[in-house]
Amino acid sequence: MAVDSFINWGLLALEPPGWGGVLLRGLLNSIQIAIGGYAFGLALGVCGAFGKLYGGPILRDLMECYTTIVRAVPELVLILLLYYAGTDALNHVLNLVGIGTVDISGLAAGIFVIGVVQGAYSTEVLRGAIKAVPAGQIEAARAYGMSPFKVMTRVTLPAMLPYAIPGLSNLWLIATKDTALLAVVGFSELTLVTRQAAGATKAYVLFFCAAGALYLALTLVSNVFIKIIERHSRRGFVEQA
Amino acid sequence: MTDATPPDVTTHAMAILPEDLPTAGSFFKPHRIVLLLIAAALVFCVVWFMRWDWLPQYLPRLGHGIVVTLAMLFSTSILGFLLAVPLGLVQVTGPWPLKTLASGFCTIIRGTPLLLQLWLLYYGLGSLFPQFPAIRHSFLWPYLRESWPYGVAALTISFAAYEGEVMRGAFAGVPSGELEAARAYGMSRWTLFRRIWLPRAIHRALPTLNGETVLQLKATPLVATITVIDVYAVISKVRQDTYITYEPLLLLALIYMCLTGILVVAFRHLENRIPTRGA
Repeated sequence: MAVDSFINWGLLALEPPGWGGVLLRGLLNSIQIAIGGYAFGLALGVCGAFGKLYGGPILRDLMECYTTIVRAVPELVLILLLYYAGTDALNHVLNLVGIGTVDISGLAAGIFVIGVVQGAYSTEVLRGAIKAVPAGQIEAARAYGMSPFKVMTRVTLPAMLPYAIPGLSNLWLIATKDTALLAVVGFSELTLVTRQAAGATKAYVLFFCAAGALYLALTLVSNVFIKIIERHSRRGFVEQA
Repeated sequence: MTDATPPDVTTHAMAILPEDLPTAGSFFKPHRIVLLLIAAALVFCVVWFMRWDWLPQYLPRLGHGIVVTLAMLFSTSILGFLLAVPLGLVQVTGPWPLKTLASGFCTIIRGTPLLLQLWLLYYGLGSLFPQFPAIRHSFLWPYLRESWPYGVAALTISFAAYEGEVMRGAFAGVPSGELEAARAYGMSRWTLFRRIWLPRAIHRALPTLNGETVLQLKATPLVATITVIDVYAVISKVRQDTYITYEPLLLLALIYMCLTGILVVAFRHLENRIPTRGA
C-alpha cells in the first residue's frame, strides 16, 4: 500500500486526472509573486536606503523603525497583519473617497505583503552597499555640479551594485521561499496547491517531494543566473584570492 | 578591535543584532522626544479605542504559548548547532563522499521553503508511519502521534543546514598558522579540534550565529500550522473565538518584538563577556 502510493507517477501527469498541471500553475503563481514582491521591495529598499543615509533626522528614525519592526517580527505575523490591514485600509480609503469597495486580488495583496517585508531587508543590504562606495566618487560627482538625482542614477547606484549583488541575490532566493508563507492566508501558490493535491490523493510524500523539487529547481536555475550577473557586475574588480 | 568576522550581510539584513541596539543616551534628542511622544499617543489610542476585553481570559494560555515558543527555539537551536558542527567540518576536511553528501544536504534544505519541509515531515512521514506495525508497537509511537516532534525535527534540520554553511566558512577561515602551531605542540587531532579549531571557529561565527538564532525565533510560528500550540496558535484561537482581527495580531507582533529584544540583549551580554584581542 505504502509502496504503491510512493511510485504512482500517474498522479503527477499534466492532464486533469494527474495533478502536475495544478502544481505547475501554483509554481507560476509563486514565481509571479516572488518577482513582483522582489521588484516592489527593491524600489522600497532604494528609497529606504537613501532615506536612511541622506534623509533628515525624522525620516531616518522612521526608516529605522520600519526596518527594526520587520527584522524583529516573524514574516508569518507580518504577512497576516499586512494582508488583512492592507486590504482593509485600502477599502476604507476608497470608501472615504467615494469609489466604494473593490475586491483586491490575492496576487496584488501577496505582492504588496512580500514587497513590504523584502523592502526592509533590501534597505539594509543597499545601505551597506552604498556605504562601501568610496566617498570620493560621490564627492567628485557633486563637485561636477550633478543634481542629487543624477548623482544617484549615474554614480551611487552603479558603483554600489558589485557590493550589493551577493546580498540582493540572497534576498531573491528568500523571496521565492517566502511566497510559501502565503499558503497560510489561503493564496493558491505552490505550497498550498501541493497540500490540496496531497490531501485529495493521500499521496503526501510524493507531492511534497515533487513541490520540493520544483522549489529546488527554481533556486538552482536562479543560482546560474546569479553567477552570470555577479561575474558581469564585478568585471574590472581585482580578484581576491 | 575584534577579530571575529562581521556577521553575514543577509543575516544582518533580516535579523536584529546587538550592534543595532540603541544606546540610552540616543533617545534624548529633541526630535526623538517628539517622536516618542507621538508614539506614546498612538499606543494610548490603540489601548483605549480597540477591544482588549478578551485579554485576561487568554492570559494563562498566552503564557503557556510563549513557553512553548521558547522551548521550540532553544531545543532546535542547540540540536541544530550540534548537527551543524559535523556538517561544517566534513565540508572542510572530510573525504569527498561525505563532503558531497553534506553540501547536498545543505543545498536541498536551503533551497526549499521551511513550511514545505514541515508539512512533508508531518503529513508525509506522519501518514507513512502508521502503516508499519514495527513503528506502531515501538516505544516511540506515543511521541510520533504528537505533532511537536515533527516541528522540532523540521526546525532542527533547517537550522543545521543554514548553520552548517556558516560553520563551513568559519572552519575554513581559521588561520592555518594556528592549526600548524597546535600540531607543532604535538596535540592529537582531537585535542587540536577541541582546544583550537572549534573554539576559534565558533568565535569567528558568533555574530552570524546570533543572527541565525533570531531568524530561528522568527521561523517558530510555522509550527502552529501543524497544530503545535505555541503563542501564534493561541492568538489564532483568540481570533477564531472572538472574530477580532487586528488586536490579537498587534499583541502577537509586540510579543515577538519583546522576545527578539530580550534575545538580542542577551547576545550583547554574551559577546561582551568573550575576550577579544586589543579592545
